[in-house]
Amino acid sequence: MINKLMSTPFMERVRALLFHRRVVFGIPFLWLLLFFLLPFALVLKISFSSAVMAIPPYQPVFSFVDNTVSVVVNFSNYLFLLSDSLYIAAYWGSVKIAFIATLVCLLIGYPMAYAMARASARMQLVLLLMVMLPSWTSFLIRVYAWMGILGNQGLLNNLLLWLGVISEPLKMLNTNFAVVLGIAYAYLPFMVLPIYTNLVKLDVRLLEAASDLGCRSLTTFWAITLPLSKAGIIAGSMLVFIPAVGEFVIPELLGGPDTLMIGKVLWEEFFNNRDWPVASSLAIVMLALLLVPIILFHRFQAREMEKHG
Amino acid sequence: MVKSRTFSFSKVMLVLGLLFLYLPMLVLIVYSFNASRLVSVWAGFSTHWYGELFRDQQILSAVWMSLQIAFYSASMAVCLGTLCAFVMARFQRMPGRTLLSSMITAPLVMPEVITGLSLLLLFVQMAQTIGWPADRGMATIWIAHTTFCSAYVAVVVSARLREVDRSIEEAAMDLGCTPLKTFFVITLPVIAPALVSGWLLAFTLSLDDLVIASFVSGPGATTLPMVVFSSVRMGVSPKINALAALIILAVSLIAFIAWYLMRRREKRQMSGS
Repeated sequence: MINKLMSTPFMERVRALLFHRRVVFGIPFLWLLLFFLLPFALVLKISFSSAVMAIPPYQPVFSFVDNTVSVVVNFSNYLFLLSDSLYIAAYWGSVKIAFIATLVCLLIGYPMAYAMARASARMQLVLLLMVMLPSWTSFLIRVYAWMGILGNQGLLNNLLLWLGVISEPLKMLNTNFAVVLGIAYAYLPFMVLPIYTNLVKLDVRLLEAASDLGCRSLTTFWAITLPLSKAGIIAGSMLVFIPAVGEFVIPELLGGPDTLMIGKVLWEEFFNNRDWPVASSLAIVMLALLLVPIILFHRFQAREMEKHG
Repeated sequence: MVKSRTFSFSKVMLVLGLLFLYLPMLVLIVYSFNASRLVSVWAGFSTHWYGELFRDQQILSAVWMSLQIAFYSASMAVCLGTLCAFVMARFQRMPGRTLLSSMITAPLVMPEVITGLSLLLLFVQMAQTIGWPADRGMATIWIAHTTFCSAYVAVVVSARLREVDRSIEEAAMDLGCTPLKTFFVITLPVIAPALVSGWLLAFTLSLDDLVIASFVSGPGATTLPMVVFSSVRMGVSPKINALAALIILAVSLIAFIAWYLMRRREKRQMSGS
């Protein structure tokens, strides 16, 4: 009886479907396991190793001696990070700069997204493309553009001198100001997009009801629009804040010697000092710092991707 | 819509924000035609730097290398990202699904230095254990780019998949179509625009990446961002301005074509209904 049922075309189709599901799931799962999760395990492992002059330049954590596995774990890298004030200052500097830049992005990006969501449908498409277009051109080149603008001989200084606002060039390039500006500039589209997506779905009847009941437009904004766009604000802020903390290119090109950011320190440990274990432990501590924002972002993103239209 | 005044704070901010986004790029384009080497001096119109750019063998070979890597990475990322999007949008009770969804969304925000470092350590470990990759270069950059680009493709495609009317697929299956055939005949044409935009997004992301490629590349493979970076580290260079102008031109052209096609499709839909 069961055999008979199993051989019906219906059951065959169910089995084919299950097989396809397993393949569809398995391929990306294995790829990401190998090229995303395993690498992190390796970073963790090597952060407990110590640097040696060899290829690769670190001591093995696991080794086979007389048929037994010996594990040599040392926390010296983490203690080293704690003992050197440079690293703590770099973490603090990164979080501070990323936070200010995120705030600047939000203050510019929210009104932009708001105006976009209220434009006509045809205009929305044009505006959306206009906001996205810069992020499709080269990130490196957009950061580089500010080098020519902010320099002592740069465009902005020349303009201000010509206008008579200042009498001698302001030092803007190679300062923390330039880094914040660069991050805000480079990441602005990533703030606007999620907020726009959120605001455009906002039920306008709520706003109409509020205004019918005598709400002033500013009150409506604070009481209805802003709370309902919370998800977009969180997503946008995380899309700016998290990568900005680990940013390397912007502090390297626009920052000065006093700009301490962890992405730059990690890069220098790795490429200049060739100290892979310290670079690894720097990465692990950075990940630990970013864990809460990353989980927050993931919750939001998973909900977005699973929602049924 | 609620009353919208012709003049409002948000509209002013939109205009200012767009100016903020576009003025620096405009400056680059203008200065790419400057005859002088210095940014502070305007010495007249010249296309000299474009000539210099096209005679720079190092830049030209880096462009070719980057284009190849971007093509292969985007193509593979579309395959992997689409599979992920299917799991996210359709398989509600698959075991291991939560892990997959974390692994696919994490690269969207992961600081590049961490991704780059972790992948390099993997490749070094693999070379020690299984003897591959013996040399780091195009193949390792391809793997790294495919991995982080898949995340973006998954977001774009899953957004489209959620809008697809599933009754057509169910009808095809009821009429005896195999799941595979249903995918190719029904689902694929419907999600094709999302696949194209996902591919383009992945292509530009790969073309643009400096940090991850610097970690996982070997001495043989130098991509365009690496060449640009080592040259702008020294200061402003007019040749890079010319390159920037060409990149901006190319991207604007593609964006314009995309806009034109989208508008035409919209018009056709409007007249059809």
